[in-house]
Amino acid sequence: MQLLQDFPVLLLATFFDILPIAAIIFGFQFLVIRKPVTNLKQVLTGMVYVLVGITFFLMGLEQALFPVGRSMAEQLTNPEFLQSVRITVGELQWQDYYWVYIFAFAIGAGTTIAEPALIAVAIKANEVSGGAIGIWGLRLAVALGVAVGLAIGSYRIVVGAPMHYFIIVGYGIVVIQTFYSPKLIVPLAYDSGGVTTSTVTVPLVAALGLGLAETVPGRSPLIDGFGLIAFASLCPIISVMAYAQLSEYRDKRNMKKYIEKDEYYSKQKDKD
Amino acid sequence: MKHSLNLFAQSLLGSLRDLLPIILVIAFFQLVVLQQTPENLLQAIVGLVFVVLGLTFFIFGLEQGLFPIGESMAHAFASKGSVFWLLVFAFALGFGTTIAEPALIAVADEASEVAAEAGLIGNHQDAMEAYADGLRLTVALSVGFAIALGVLRILLDWSIQYIIMIGYVLVIVLTGFAPDEIIGIAYDSGGVTTSTITVPLVTALGIGLASSISGRNPMLDGFGLIAFASLFPIIFVLAYGMIF
Repeated sequence: MQLLQDFPVLLLATFFDILPIAAIIFGFQFLVIRKPVTNLKQVLTGMVYVLVGITFFLMGLEQALFPVGRSMAEQLTNPEFLQSVRITVGELQWQDYYWVYIFAFAIGAGTTIAEPALIAVAIKANEVSGGAIGIWGLRLAVALGVAVGLAIGSYRIVVGAPMHYFIIVGYGIVVIQTFYSPKLIVPLAYDSGGVTTSTVTVPLVAALGLGLAETVPGRSPLIDGFGLIAFASLCPIISVMAYAQLSEYRDKRNMKKYIEKDEYYSKQKDKD
Repeated sequence: MKHSLNLFAQSLLGSLRDLLPIILVIAFFQLVVLQQTPENLLQAIVGLVFVVLGLTFFIFGLEQGLFPIGESMAHAFASKGSVFWLLVFAFALGFGTTIAEPALIAVADEASEVAAEAGLIGNHQDAMEAYADGLRLTVALSVGFAIALGVLRILLDWSIQYIIMIGYVLVIVLTGFAPDEIIGIAYDSGGVTTSTITVPLVTALGIGLASSISGRNPMLDGFGLIAFASLFPIIFVLAYGMIF
């Protein structure tokens, strides 16, 4: 029953979040463009759908994912649990946190697959590229990037290494890859860094980071707890470009095989 | 009617499939690693049903509402030919969607605690609120600036790589001078700015512009706005940390 009471409240809150955006859009539409919106009815219905969708989505997250995710982050970083699964002796080493890295990886991949903003970009990329970029190919590449990013990010919190070294190395890889990737993928790859971290991922990841920083000896939640989101935005850029490079390489190899086969058959023909 | 119901059922199934990985991850960790059933299982299941419904509605509305309006506005601006109003619109869109972003409000509040703890600002309510508001304003300004610059890039056909690389260099240089406490927050603030509504709208705007200006390739020129919106806040927040 609590749910039924919460729903209108959250619907209203979401409505007020969307209001400035709607005001900007319709303000410019009527004052600057001064043309009626084509299919106004359809656009308005669509916006209502978006509003209802986000409300449901957020409520579900609050009810299901966040409490479970938060308690799991706490349990996995709990010293007692860590003592029971450790693989080294003496003081806790960074290796003993292996379940945390696996969890970070898995939750990064899982939440990214369900990320609405990424689905939106993947639909557009598929449409614009004429089908050359698969919706699932892009989503999986980004998910893998976020997963690796979060695993590295939690490792950094455990060992307490300075954030900027990792980021600078990451930027270096991005710059080098940019020169060798197929040109068409570059802007999309840069964009995929930003879309991964919105509604679903940020709160869960923040809980994981703060949980880790609170329990690892010598870490301050205020300083070391931040930074996971940055990893989750940087690594997809690398993985999406890598995905494009791999598919380009595969295409080239197939093409070469095809040409060789062709030559082989034509030689056979000559012999005959 | 029957057709649209069919379509709805299909998207419902699609959303369920999208959520399957998370459900599997959580189930695996609860049952195998932590070896306990989650508390409030019923509540969690109801919540998951809500998430599935929410995703379905959202994607439905995306294709009907957000994508078409974003693209039709981009076409209208392109045919009107007023660069000034287009840039004002881009700035307003970036600024307006970011200033109200809940994730940013949360991060700004936490950041003000960090700053107070580190002694960068006075450790009392007023100073912390002023700091958090300043931070929000900084990020919102930077996103507005970034989207406007991104639109200008599409219009003038600048290459995206060089702008991104200059941005990276700026981030690295500023990191050397900014106080340590702000660095993590600054890097994170790039990620929190692009919300679920902003991304589809901004993507549609970029692609709409690139496809209505002749000589632009939507794949090459249409994407990239979000990249700017995630990079510039880092630079602005690092600078903000240095000024305070």
